[in-house]
Amino acid sequence: MSTAPALVATQASIRQTRIHLLELARGHPRVILAGSLVLLLFLIALLAPFISPHDPIAVNADNAYLPPLSPSHLLGTDELGRDLFSRVLWGARVSLPVAFVAVAVGLVAGGVIGLISGYFGGVFDLLLMRLIDALLAFPALILAIAIVAALGPDLRNAMIAIGIVAIPVYARLVRALVLQLKQMEFIAATRSLGATPTSIILRHLIPNLLNPVIVQVSLSAGFAILAEATLSFLGLGAQVPTPDWGQMINTGATFLANDPWLAIVPGAAISVTVFSFNLLGDSLRDALDPRLRS
Amino acid sequence: MTTYVLRRLVLMVPVAFLVTIGVFMLIHLTPGDPALILLGEDRSPQAIAAIHQQLGLDKPLYVQYLIWLGHIVHGDLGRSITTHQPVTTAIGERLPATLELGAVALIWSLLVAIPLGTIAAVRRGSLADHLATGLAVGGVSIPNFFIGIVLIFFLSVTLRLFPFGGYVPFNQDPFENLRHVILPAIALGTAGAAINMRFTRSSMIEVLNQDYIRTARAKGAPWRRVVFIHALKNALIPVVTIVGLQIGGIIEGAVVTETVFTWPGVGRLAVESIFNRDYTVVQGIVLLAAFSYLIANLLVDLVYGWLDPRISFT
Repeated sequence: MSTAPALVATQASIRQTRIHLLELARGHPRVILAGSLVLLLFLIALLAPFISPHDPIAVNADNAYLPPLSPSHLLGTDELGRDLFSRVLWGARVSLPVAFVAVAVGLVAGGVIGLISGYFGGVFDLLLMRLIDALLAFPALILAIAIVAALGPDLRNAMIAIGIVAIPVYARLVRALVLQLKQMEFIAATRSLGATPTSIILRHLIPNLLNPVIVQVSLSAGFAILAEATLSFLGLGAQVPTPDWGQMINTGATFLANDPWLAIVPGAAISVTVFSFNLLGDSLRDALDPRLRS
Repeated sequence: MTTYVLRRLVLMVPVAFLVTIGVFMLIHLTPGDPALILLGEDRSPQAIAAIHQQLGLDKPLYVQYLIWLGHIVHGDLGRSITTHQPVTTAIGERLPATLELGAVALIWSLLVAIPLGTIAAVRRGSLADHLATGLAVGGVSIPNFFIGIVLIFFLSVTLRLFPFGGYVPFNQDPFENLRHVILPAIALGTAGAAINMRFTRSSMIEVLNQDYIRTARAKGAPWRRVVFIHALKNALIPVVTIVGLQIGGIIEGAVVTETVFTWPGVGRLAVESIFNRDYTVVQGIVLLAAFSYLIANLLVDLVYGWLDPRISFT
């Protein structure tokens, strides 16, 4: 009995969300296009072991340097005879989890800093924001490279480095939003009804931060994939024989004169992936920002 | 204005202080003992102790930091572990090449961004606008090292119009210098061009909707004059902000581009030093990159206020 109104309210909220998403889709076809592309990339990463025609690390020297559209090798083979199509599909299993972990590190750490800084203000705000200013003073890629150089070049350290680089962006964004929200009447009303800061943050602030944060998550995922590819290209990310796009370009660049597809195919994969995330972030921003709505 | 500049400089002090702590700690995060890297084969306890004493590694961490900070303030970034050359000299020798590459990349990005951004804004919603906006999203999505490789393949390997890489000093042969810098500059400047284009477009759209533009049109000023003289000048003010930050971030982009094109700049020095585990050089370059960024931020704020008289320095 006592849970019934809450259930009804939850169902109404879900129905409203569905309607909102449908309206969003109807009004903004770019969101659907970009969302579908991102979904397709996740499906490729998830299903790579089932849809890859060959083992991505199986060496077959007799099949080396086969050009694209060769029988049984759609995109050709590399210098060790490994199937390029399979390696590109498996590459998504490296890039997307890196982006996911890096964005999660940035979002959680930056989000908590932004919430504390914005909600409590005072000394917390002063100290935390100077720390964020110092992090922001480092150009993102230089900071990521320096962290990986210090911790040692591998994929896990690359994820940590890219995540740390993303912290200031979320801290600044969340702090700015919290500062705006806490001046609003509904927050003051909730506080006067005796709600605790934890309850206000969890039940009222965080749900209202979601839209701008979702946009930022999408844009940061694009940056994270680009940064991971750059680190791997420089030899500071994924190591041999992991099928990683950045590392594949690095190796492929050596054979550019005779076998350009070895670098061009993984390069195209990175570009399409980052483009999809950037397009999603951009179109979501257009769709969710009330100032841009016509 | 003077008060504002002083206040900004004072506010920069704690941030700069935290940056130096960050850079110092980066080296102390590094697994392994720097003495072992320096010693190579001779790793006797006496030799290790001697190196620790020589580098001050036997002192408490905060003392090491203060000594290091004291050296930094006097312009001494230490010596390279591998070449024993002063780090300031190593960076100083490579900096002109990086600055040249950065300057040409910036010119390329503005040459593309301003006309495209203006056309996209003036013909908002047209095919040209959609094309330019699509190019802008594409420009920030393609890794600059991949752009470099594609350029090398088409323009160097296939058409043989430009060299694969390398560097010829300007005073040695200006024409060859230009031939060598064009491809890396395009690779480095394309992402910047995309960002600047988007800024130009959105800023131009905002300016074109303002009353003074309508007034200029009503007074009979030709559309071309209104766009290029009245609107563009004001629309470019926000672009200055982003261009300033791009200047501050030259070293960041140069790391990858210089590696692809074997350009002997600070970026390539950074990568070489990482692989040689030459941490004093890496430390020096990270510090330089961070301070360039901090100073660029400050200058951008000041120039912005100077360009736009509506901004008050209170």
